[in-house]
Amino acid sequence: MNSQNGDREAILGRVREALRVPAPLKHPAERSAGGEPTTAHFREWLPPVGPSLDEKFALFAKLSETLRSELIVCADLAQAAAEISSLSSAESWKTIALHRGGLLDKLAPLLPSGLAQLCVDGGYDKNALEACDAGITECELLVAQTGSVCVTSDNSGGRVLSVLPPHHIVIARQTQLVTDLTEAYESLAAKYRANYPSMISFITGPSRTGDIERILVLGAHGPKRLTILLLP
Amino acid sequence: MSTLAEAPRDQFQTDANRTATDDVRRLAVRRALSNYQTARNRTGATFTDWKSARSAAATIKHEAVNHLDKYLEEFERKFTARGGKVFWASNSEQARNYILELAAARGVRSIVKSKAMTGEEIHLNPALLAAGYGVVESDLGEYIQQLKGEAPYHFVFPCMHLRRDEISDLFEKELGTAKTDNPEELTMIARRVLRRAYIDADMGISGGNFIVADTGMVSITENEGNARLTVGIPKIHVALIGIEKVVPCLGDLALLLPMLATAGTGQHLTGYNSMYGGPRQPGETDGPEEFHVVLLDNHRTRLLADPEQRDALHCIRCGACLNVCPIFKNIGGHTYGTTYQGPIGSVITPHFRGLQDWKHLSGASSLCGACTETCPVGIDIHHHLLRNRRNAVQEKPAPSESLVWKMFAFLMRRPALYKFASRFAPLGSMLHPLIERTALDPVRAWTDTRDFPSAPLRSFRSQFKAHQAQKAAAISQKGGAK
Amino acid sequence: MRVTLFVPCFIDSLYPNVGMSMVRVLERLGHTVEFPEDQTCCGQPPFNSGYWEEARSVARKQLAVFQNAEIILSGSGSCGAMFKVFYPELFHGLPEEAAAKAHAAKTWEFSEFLVNKLGVKDLGARFDGRATFHDGCHGLRELGTKQAPRELLEHVKGLELVEMGEAETCCGFGGTFAVKYPQISTAMAEVKCNSIRETQADYVISNDSSCLMQIGGWLNRNVGSVKCLHLAEVLASR
Repeated sequence: MNSQNGDREAILGRVREALRVPAPLKHPAERSAGGEPTTAHFREWLPPVGPSLDEKFALFAKLSETLRSELIVCADLAQAAAEISSLSSAESWKTIALHRGGLLDKLAPLLPSGLAQLCVDGGYDKNALEACDAGITECELLVAQTGSVCVTSDNSGGRVLSVLPPHHIVIARQTQLVTDLTEAYESLAAKYRANYPSMISFITGPSRTGDIERILVLGAHGPKRLTILLLP
Repeated sequence: MSTLAEAPRDQFQTDANRTATDDVRRLAVRRALSNYQTARNRTGATFTDWKSARSAAATIKHEAVNHLDKYLEEFERKFTARGGKVFWASNSEQARNYILELAAARGVRSIVKSKAMTGEEIHLNPALLAAGYGVVESDLGEYIQQLKGEAPYHFVFPCMHLRRDEISDLFEKELGTAKTDNPEELTMIARRVLRRAYIDADMGISGGNFIVADTGMVSITENEGNARLTVGIPKIHVALIGIEKVVPCLGDLALLLPMLATAGTGQHLTGYNSMYGGPRQPGETDGPEEFHVVLLDNHRTRLLADPEQRDALHCIRCGACLNVCPIFKNIGGHTYGTTYQGPIGSVITPHFRGLQDWKHLSGASSLCGACTETCPVGIDIHHHLLRNRRNAVQEKPAPSESLVWKMFAFLMRRPALYKFASRFAPLGSMLHPLIERTALDPVRAWTDTRDFPSAPLRSFRSQFKAHQAQKAAAISQKGGAK
Repeated sequence: MRVTLFVPCFIDSLYPNVGMSMVRVLERLGHTVEFPEDQTCCGQPPFNSGYWEEARSVARKQLAVFQNAEIILSGSGSCGAMFKVFYPELFHGLPEEAAAKAHAAKTWEFSEFLVNKLGVKDLGARFDGRATFHDGCHGLRELGTKQAPRELLEHVKGLELVEMGEAETCCGFGGTFAVKYPQISTAMAEVKCNSIRETQADYVISNDSSCLMQIGGWLNRNVGSVKCLHLAEVLASR
């Protein structure tokens, strides 16, 4: 191998040599005004989402149901805490994991005192996290068109919290609901500029598999349940 | 040498003859795919305009593939600026050695993998196992295939050909678990076993669905969460990705991710779509300390050098062309003998692994075009099969076949000779029953399983001639009566 | 209108009634039908086998034979696709390219010609029975023919048309594929024919006789109760 990059120059050389003859574009799309990639047209073709907040919410709620996410609209943080409390007693939780954040810092003190809390910020023991009954995270955005929750390593407790415990609880505000992935990416770009978190993940329903006879089973490796607590 | 060169074709013929009459397996595959088709039709119908979306997706991939050097360099620059490491591998051996050397240098003992067809392509697992590493596939389907000691049957649905009772028996044998006919219980068995694998692994290995140039990210699409855990927990991560997977910008995924999901599984969006921009960043909670991306050529540049078929590199590996392919449905994935099965595999394998050795895959198609119709990035799949056939003949015509077509063309250029020859069709039909389905039957490949129509005494030509004569006579009679 | 028929070799020898039915339908509509005696084969067999030079030599002959035709009408979607889609590719960059494109432009598949060129849907045909329609792949996907044959059949009195689940699934013929990979081809025929049988139709109708040779071949061997008919035969019946 030529260097620590491997065969970089050789591969790029072959690529450039190969590209000397242009290939025709068989399916010209109208998008490339001036040749620059633009995403402006995508939403004209993808599944439609109504323009108002109500329509966005209605679609998100409908898709959540199809996806078997549990969407609970809460009047305030106290109600959110009460919802977690009742889930906790129904599933006999002992420990929940969470992270520091604007919403969670206010929510954490409201949670049942008998429920131990593991805060992942600053590092955690992976066996301890694996043993937790639920993980509570904030999120970046909710996506109406796809029923997705967008988490990042920056604001949702890192990479693992939202996927290792068997029950993932997301706490979000209605204002975080965006129309589609295009708006989601625009919003992330505006927030982080060039300095993106090392992970952006769109979570669409609880973990699932169809690997056995294409029959849907929830909780393949990630959470079996995904609960979204939506605050005004 | 010649017998070696013929091996893939012989294997294909033998396996196809067996699998095409394996009614149990064919039924299992058809059942699994009918669930897919229902979901895909339902989700596809929610698009305002699937065709335009498809053109846009094709345009994005065309832009990327036709400026591959520019976008790969941009990706490398952005990804390494965030502490990632990029390694360029010309071939399987270089890619394997890099991963083996890295594992050795870091004192790795166990490795957890999430689904990577590139891993299959470079035979990574056997190399890792031979070097003494523990390797566990974490995708449920891949895990089942690993336990079974078989290659994936389908590059998106690895164990779609197995029935639940077969999986239950496998688990009983390999894991000592109780029999069950419940897919959920079977899934939970795998879940329990694999949880430990993520926690214990020192290294995670994944593939990647897209490389994003403008933000320096690797995008991974999955349903189970196993890739999230594989990329999240172990302290070293390696993503092994083909160079053609690059897209210009992050925003392009707003289109490509829903299309991949709809075409691949009939979902609006796959369970987890995650974009990774390097290792754990300063101030972040967790994530690998090292993130390596191995960019794999392995003859992709050979396909790139063919402008006529370059669009085959637009493929986003959704598997839709397999799911609609009547050949795949009847012979199944293993028969192809390739990493990439089905129509797209039949197009690209001859480029990757040699046209003369793999041309039979392009020949084994009725050219129905269901693949091209369903492809979410508009690849001209079935026409490329025709072009592979043409290229194979141009490169090295088969003497006997060549003679047949020369004689055919000779006949068809001579209408008088053709008409003379076709007069014998009725006679042939009369005599055919005497030799039908015997070694003398020239159309035995047909008549073994199907009846051959018999030629009526009067061809269209002679009937039409008589018809015209009758009409002319009628007209002249009319004229005479006047 | 002057209509020039292209009658593929297998229709000429094996299914002459299909050609004669096309003649009857067109003459009833008042068109003049001609059949250049010097036509042979479209060249698809060597083309599909990769022998493009041999295919070109056959194709050149057809370009010459049909040079003066106004409309070239094909009773097979497959041969129609050869003319319309593959001739331009076959002669791409060669001196005959313009002639190939002109030839392609005046080629019509039978049902498309009736519905979309002539604007006729009701031919006053009568045919009693329950039937299902098979979409030949070349007609369906290379030429985009889907609705035209159905619109024609809907106007046939006495005919009950039922769609099969696998209407758009390939029958497994594929030209030389059917004899190069007979097991795969037969497995495909079986899937197709089982779908036909599920409709409990008495007839399977198609606009491509090559598919019907495969479907009929399997049905006759294994079932024997479902009959195959070309669209033209149904439209010509009174």
